[in-house]
Amino acid sequence: METSIIISGFGGQGALFAGQVLAYAAMESGKEVTWIPSYGPEMRGGTAHCTVVIGDEPIGAPLVRNPDCVIAMNLPSVDKYTPLVKVGGLLLYDSTLVKQSLLRDDIVSAAVPAHDIALRCGSHQLVNIVMLGALLARCPLVELPAVEQALRAHLPERHADLLRPNIVALHAGAAYTASQPAV
Amino acid sequence: MARELWKGNEALAEAAIRAGVDAFFGYPITPQTELLEYMARRMPELGRTFLQAESEIGAINMVYGAACAGARAMTSSSSPGISLMQEGLSYIAGSEVPCVLVDIMRGGPGLGNIQPGQADYFQLTRSAGHGDFHPLVLAPATVQEAVDLMTISFDLAFQYRTIVIIAGDGALGQMMEPVTLPPMRPPRQERPAWALTGVDGRQPNIITSLYLDADELEQVNLRLQAKLARIAAAEQRWECYLTDDADFLVVAFGTVARIARTAVRTARAAGIRAGLFRPISLWPFPAPALDQLAARVKGVVVAEMNAGQMVEDVRLIVRGRAPVRFLGRTGGVIPLPDEIASELTHMARIDAHANGDRG
Repeated sequence: METSIIISGFGGQGALFAGQVLAYAAMESGKEVTWIPSYGPEMRGGTAHCTVVIGDEPIGAPLVRNPDCVIAMNLPSVDKYTPLVKVGGLLLYDSTLVKQSLLRDDIVSAAVPAHDIALRCGSHQLVNIVMLGALLARCPLVELPAVEQALRAHLPERHADLLRPNIVALHAGAAYTASQPAV
Repeated sequence: MARELWKGNEALAEAAIRAGVDAFFGYPITPQTELLEYMARRMPELGRTFLQAESEIGAINMVYGAACAGARAMTSSSSPGISLMQEGLSYIAGSEVPCVLVDIMRGGPGLGNIQPGQADYFQLTRSAGHGDFHPLVLAPATVQEAVDLMTISFDLAFQYRTIVIIAGDGALGQMMEPVTLPPMRPPRQERPAWALTGVDGRQPNIITSLYLDADELEQVNLRLQAKLARIAAAEQRWECYLTDDADFLVVAFGTVARIARTAVRTARAAGIRAGLFRPISLWPFPAPALDQLAARVKGVVVAEMNAGQMVEDVRLIVRGRAPVRFLGRTGGVIPLPDEIASELTHMARIDAHANGDRG
């Protein structure tokens, strides 16, 4: 059983870091995992994304055409990945930034006002971790304490003051999604 | 040993350090640069040599010099940079000094782009420079395997006094996977007897690739070829995945091989008995192992991130005993599992049709 997750957003929103945190948490939970970033021209000023594949067996392809789950943190990411999510898959998007309604009824979508939640947790920089919490509430790939541990171990030192807010944001994202009906 | 999450490029660098690399010379190029950056941080901490050269040409000639002195010397680059190093590689091969080189391949030809590629297959296995020689070329498919192959690469280079190339691609260099690293080896104190260490109470050693006398150079070539034959016999590496009962075989290396692994599972779920043959040593190519499989399969799919390079080796080995289809993506496009799986499906359908099964 393998689950693929794409996390996508503007450069600087922390899409790659959120993916790494998920990957660390998966590894520490005894899972097999791959993390692969976009590193091409889109990194230079456009959207950035990474693909995380989590499974019980060694991972084959680290890239997928149709991901099981997508976290879309901006409009270009919603536009790009809405058609690609696997049938029955999950799309979470930041509804603070993306106002459009989604065009597919064969996937589960979750609108998360991540920007608003992040601001309430202390910083707009927390959108990525709010979204990660939201994902894990819908799709329990790893336990939240494993993610907390990954944040403790891998949040860059220059952001040490954001550790507590990150953990708050993780739980706030999870709590928000858990309280909403799946659409 | 603890599993840690490592990026391919950085894992290769740390593995080289733990394998006892004395000196690293390089020049930055995407998608390999993290390897050089890691070396820039770690090598001085350990009292070893890191030098960013003025170009790839400078870097490979520094490797040549350090190798002549008996050091464990290496460089790393990506496709366009490897092209610049070819003259130096030929001199290193002609002088029979050991070194390790990492090629994190990208899309070509020319500057191409910075996305993953495998189009240096011919260059690395056949024409790493002018003259008659082959480097020993090892192609990891996972970050763990990159570490494992880097760990043995200096031993192989010194055992045979040859060039060892780790052939990866941008995906392997950039991706992160759990890895168990080997222990740090103590630094090697002894220099080989052939090394240029300063003549102090011994006859001078001469290391050169210049032999103006034709008969003498032919003798050098014969000796070199005899050594390459020993390497070819002893250093073939490969992996078979679900090949025991396979009717249809995918042959792929590096990143494409791990993608093919997923495709093989997909095909099996659809009732096609598929398997994967993955060359780990690209030179020497594991020909006898593939030859045995080719004698009993109904079809072979070769998948590469190039326009068809390893497929030539595969066709030479299969020798028409089974149809060989080629799936190639170029320009930095990575083939996905469904593309390889549909090649397998197609091949199985043709085979069923040829055998009168119209169902």
